[in-house]
Amino acid sequence: MAIFLTENSRVLVHGMTGSEGSKHTKRMLTSGTKVVGGVTPGKGGQVVDFDGLAIPVFNSASEAVAATNADTSVIFVPAKFTKAAVIDAVDAEVALIVVITEGVPVHDTTEFFAYAQKSGKSRLIGPNCPGLISPGKSNVGIIPADITGAGPIGLVSKSGTLTYQMMYELRDIGFSTAVGIGGDPVVGTTHIDCLRAFQDDPETKAIVMIGEIGGDAEERAAAFIKEYVTKPVVGYVAGFTAPEGKTMGHAGAIVSGSSGTAAAKRDALEAVGVRVGVTPSESAQLLRSILGK
Amino acid sequence: MDLFEYQARDLFEVHGIPVLPAQVARTPEEARSAAKAIGGRVVIKAQVKTGGRGKAGGVKVAENSDEAFEKASAILGMDIKGHRVNAVMVAQAAPIDSEYYLAILLDRAQRSFLVMASVSGGMDIEEVAHKTPEKLAKVLVDPLKGIDQAQALAIATQANFPADIRDSVAKVLLDLWKCFVAEDATLVEINPLVKTKDGKIIALDGKVTFDDNAIFRHADHEALVDHDAKDPLEAMAKEKDLNYVKLDGEVGIIGNGAGLVMSTLDVVAYAGEKFGGVKPANFLDIGGGASAQIMADGLAIILGDKDVKSVFVNVFGGITACDAVANGILQALEILGPKAAKPIVVRLDGNNVVEGRRILNEAAHPLIQQVDTMDGAASRAAELASSSSGVAK
Repeated sequence: MAIFLTENSRVLVHGMTGSEGSKHTKRMLTSGTKVVGGVTPGKGGQVVDFDGLAIPVFNSASEAVAATNADTSVIFVPAKFTKAAVIDAVDAEVALIVVITEGVPVHDTTEFFAYAQKSGKSRLIGPNCPGLISPGKSNVGIIPADITGAGPIGLVSKSGTLTYQMMYELRDIGFSTAVGIGGDPVVGTTHIDCLRAFQDDPETKAIVMIGEIGGDAEERAAAFIKEYVTKPVVGYVAGFTAPEGKTMGHAGAIVSGSSGTAAAKRDALEAVGVRVGVTPSESAQLLRSILGK
Repeated sequence: MDLFEYQARDLFEVHGIPVLPAQVARTPEEARSAAKAIGGRVVIKAQVKTGGRGKAGGVKVAENSDEAFEKASAILGMDIKGHRVNAVMVAQAAPIDSEYYLAILLDRAQRSFLVMASVSGGMDIEEVAHKTPEKLAKVLVDPLKGIDQAQALAIATQANFPADIRDSVAKVLLDLWKCFVAEDATLVEINPLVKTKDGKIIALDGKVTFDDNAIFRHADHEALVDHDAKDPLEAMAKEKDLNYVKLDGEVGIIGNGAGLVMSTLDVVAYAGEKFGGVKPANFLDIGGGASAQIMADGLAIILGDKDVKSVFVNVFGGITACDAVANGILQALEILGPKAAKPIVVRLDGNNVVEGRRILNEAAHPLIQQVDTMDGAASRAAELASSSSGVAK
């Protein structure tokens, strides 16, 4: 088992004919992902060749789903077209929609998130995220597949490179699924959604949760852990040195007044028994000691 | 991006929200002519993007244009919580009867939009929310439907606005919603919204925050950027399209990925505690493609910071290959030549790390020191910064 993404996931790449889309389609195929089609409005009927594997392009997600039985969409289209692409995928009732695109206006995200909620058929991950990987099974997005293999750790993180760093630190143990939920103020899947799924996944034995400044998602996750999660959780929070009122790279990473600070997040997590490392490697060590490795 | 009050006022006016006649002035002379043009009693208000300016003496009433000159002279150049006052707004004075509060904002936790309305205006709304939560109406908006006339009126009623002004408040709320959507704002706030003694409803002060991600569909927002406030290094970084934030420490930081760079700052500050309190000098995320040019641009900005004593390049090669990063660093140092004169600690890990480390080892550049772990490299960079800055160990 793994969460959200399995060896049976059938993946559509929105924007596959673009440079980013095609580069990452190739990488996803190499890591074993079942990419079954591309979606680019106006380019339906074309076929893109990936080292001898011909992948058909469709004008819409609905056409693509009808022809390929796809159940997962990964979106690489530019920010200004992202809303239309997500709505297309929701209309096609794609079960998992992963938005990699950075720089999506938050009004668009708020709207397409509400649209997906209303449909009740689609889970949204992202935007501004690296995607997710269930090592050895499937990889949707831009996470490098060769860092580590399958194992008992579940990972949820706002940050891409910290996801890679943590997977690397714990590469000898391995992961059930690593989910990059993204660094925007509004994201489709939260820490809480992932914590719930990891708790319910028999393969996951321990969870690493990586947060950063901005909003109160980590504080709410802490409350959820207390109420629902019995598996061990180790935390890491980035941004203790971030000044007030400055956006630190991610659109959502901002301390406003006294809210959204790293210290508040660490304190909330520690208050419910989550051990939080001072550095990523310390968090990795904490997890190791919990698993006895 | 946050707007100044006068910019918010102008924006409100464009969207049909009632405001008072006002002009921005950057010199006492301009304030005098503004007061003359407006006529009668005016209020001179410091334009700073922070609260508490009234208490700091940044708001003064002037009876005529000469007084406006005097009051503006006193306010211009003031320092309010670290913000220099470069402009004042000269606004018509209004006889106030009651003060209210109205705002629409992005609610991150609810992943939706939120209207907040209160008949207790004119003060810090967080205080109202804390002390008298029953006086603050909070209503979530369905992002797919927005606000219509009926809902606006229902909110004004729920917030206990007096019956005789409910319709006018609802109209302001409706226009405020249109402004929020049309401008891709994450906050539009009127505080206070006032009823004047002659019964008019007016937005007396406002706060607006735009979503920087939406700038591609708002070419006009570019003109509202406050270039005076930008740190010169931050301005230079923006020109080069680099994601840079100036801090006040001694260790220059370059990394890839926002989360990893934030973490790098923390780890350096943590390691710096052992070296007399050395701190990170900046945030700089060079993103996925660490080309020689991006690396050179980044290094040039960091080395241009006179407080920087050492540099820490922290890269985890996900898609980026470490050998490309290693070559990028070496080429960047060639491009910079003698301008690069500070020790650089490099930590590479991930994709093609063996090749990347080999390239740097073989180059044996006198400025470059390699350390294999993030914590170890942070400690080394902090140590170098403390020994070359004379900070006590």
